Amino acid sequence: MATLEATTVTTADEPTALQGSLRRLGRLKWGLAASVTLLAIVASAIFAPAIAPHDPLAVNISHRLAPPVWMEGGTSRHVLGTDQVGRDLLARVIYGGRISLVIGVAAVLISTTIGVLLGLAGGYFGGCPDWTIMTAVNVLLTFPFVLLALAVIAVLGASLGNMIVVLGVAGWPIYARVVRAETMAIREREFILAGRALGMSHARIIVRQILPNLVSPIVVIATLQVAQVIVLESFLSFLGLGVQPPTPAWGNMLGEGRVYMLNSWWIAAFPGLAIFLTTLAINLMGNALRDWLDPHMKL
Amino acid sequence: MRRYIARQLVQLVVVIIGISILAFVILHVLGDPVLLLLPQNAGHEEFERYRKLLGLDQPIWLQYWKFGSHAIQGDFGKSWYADTPAFGLVLERMPPTIYLTLAGLVVALGIALPLGILAALKRHTFVDTLCTALAVGGQALPIFWLGIMLIIIFAVRLRALPASGYGTWQHFVMPAFCLGAALAPITMRLVRSGVIEVMNMEYIKTARAKGVGERTVVVKHAFRNACIPIITVLGLQFGQLLGGAIITETVFAWPGVATLTVESIRNQDFPVVQCAVVLLALIIVAANVIVDLVVGFIDPRIRVSS
Repeated sequence: MATLEATTVTTADEPTALQGSLRRLGRLKWGLAASVTLLAIVASAIFAPAIAPHDPLAVNISHRLAPPVWMEGGTSRHVLGTDQVGRDLLARVIYGGRISLVIGVAAVLISTTIGVLLGLAGGYFGGCPDWTIMTAVNVLLTFPFVLLALAVIAVLGASLGNMIVVLGVAGWPIYARVVRAETMAIREREFILAGRALGMSHARIIVRQILPNLVSPIVVIATLQVAQVIVLESFLSFLGLGVQPPTPAWGNMLGEGRVYMLNSWWIAAFPGLAIFLTTLAINLMGNALRDWLDPHMKL
Repeated sequence: MRRYIARQLVQLVVVIIGISILAFVILHVLGDPVLLLLPQNAGHEEFERYRKLLGLDQPIWLQYWKFGSHAIQGDFGKSWYADTPAFGLVLERMPPTIYLTLAGLVVALGIALPLGILAALKRHTFVDTLCTALAVGGQALPIFWLGIMLIIIFAVRLRALPASGYGTWQHFVMPAFCLGAALAPITMRLVRSGVIEVMNMEYIKTARAKGVGERTVVVKHAFRNACIPIITVLGLQFGQLLGGAIITETVFAWPGVATLTVESIRNQDFPVVQCAVVLLALIIVAANVIVDLVVGFIDPRIRVSS
């Protein structure tokens, strides 16, 4: 009896190989589910004109503030209900995804480009450029992203293009920091020395020997960053400093819904739910990607 | 320790100069104050006259020097909207922001510490999975949406709490929870991994071997040592926390600096925006320095090695 108890205790403490691989599969399963969800969100945004039940801008005052279909007074014509001027919420949520995804991806492409270039330069060459870049990184990382975006939007004015530029330019420090640290580690490796001895130029070493080693962390950060940018874009639009109405964006729908939350909770609830689901799917996918690409990555 | 403090101070000065350059560049290089100040139909001469009046015809480094030397004395110019010094306006709104931030921090720790330790001790069990799931879900939750949903449920439906405003403890409940919920997931994960790492250390085995009770092992030996990385990262998170406070304030119409900043942006009142941005950044820098000093004080290895 006593031996039996002892064995159960040890197995509970240390997971067996089988348990370990099951857990990895379990994680991957979540990552896969998240990827499928995200794919569905992206597809619905791309094919919005085909699947949206109504025109997202079509005003219908006689059907204003209609509740979702499962509530009293809801109709199956408007599954998620309508907003303050009778526009179909489902159609607007589907179209809103377009804005969020475009801004998210475009801004991340900009910040990845800037961050990777500066990180490589700082990490590889060191010295004065490195000091300047890292000081800029420290200053920008001290600033809350939100505050910086607010300040710049205040001066430049609110528009889709400005928002992409602001979110893109403000987001680079995190890439620069990671890329610089990795570059500094790789620079000391022997194959770099071999490359130099063979007469490779600095540019060639950076592009052909260092950059390929940095793809995994860059992909993981970029993925997670898309979610961050989407949330921030929504917040700026929510304040009325981002995408301007009547263009449907999750953020400005939420902002409009706030005015009507006393009686019509659904106007604010569904766009927010869309932001939440998209962010969740991207985060889960990013985590799975990290585990898959490099389990030891510290991000 | 003295060299460590000196190094921190040099870093501090560099970062403050960087912040002042950033604040200056945003208004004077990205935008043109005169264009923002004058109506669009103003004539060319009027623009030139204003440019001279504001000293914008001088070289850019001289303009920055003027801005910087005034800013150090707390002079950020007069608000274009209210015609009072911007510094006073911002300072007046500072206490609510700081209280909200501290309340959010307390809530975040209140959620993250027990759950993180629990998840670490019950590693690979249902409890751990549940805590991790909560953290993943919480991280994806946009603060402003959470805030509005809380208002709809607790203020509009249940009428239990005030929807917005400032003054009594009831006003603190939803904003503090909102802000705390935003910071809790990342903190919980840190606590969990910190405690797990420490629990594998030799001195934990030693403590157990000499017969110390499990409770004491966890509280005295493990948690105290896990605190160092937690404090460090919390310090780095302070900027995020303040960023979260900015978002929370706008949802609950909290009379803090963030609400003032957003109002000022709408009124195109740039001296106030500039002043608010600089002061908020300074608070974050100060918090980071304090954390660095505290960590250096607790853990001698850090002040020697870095």
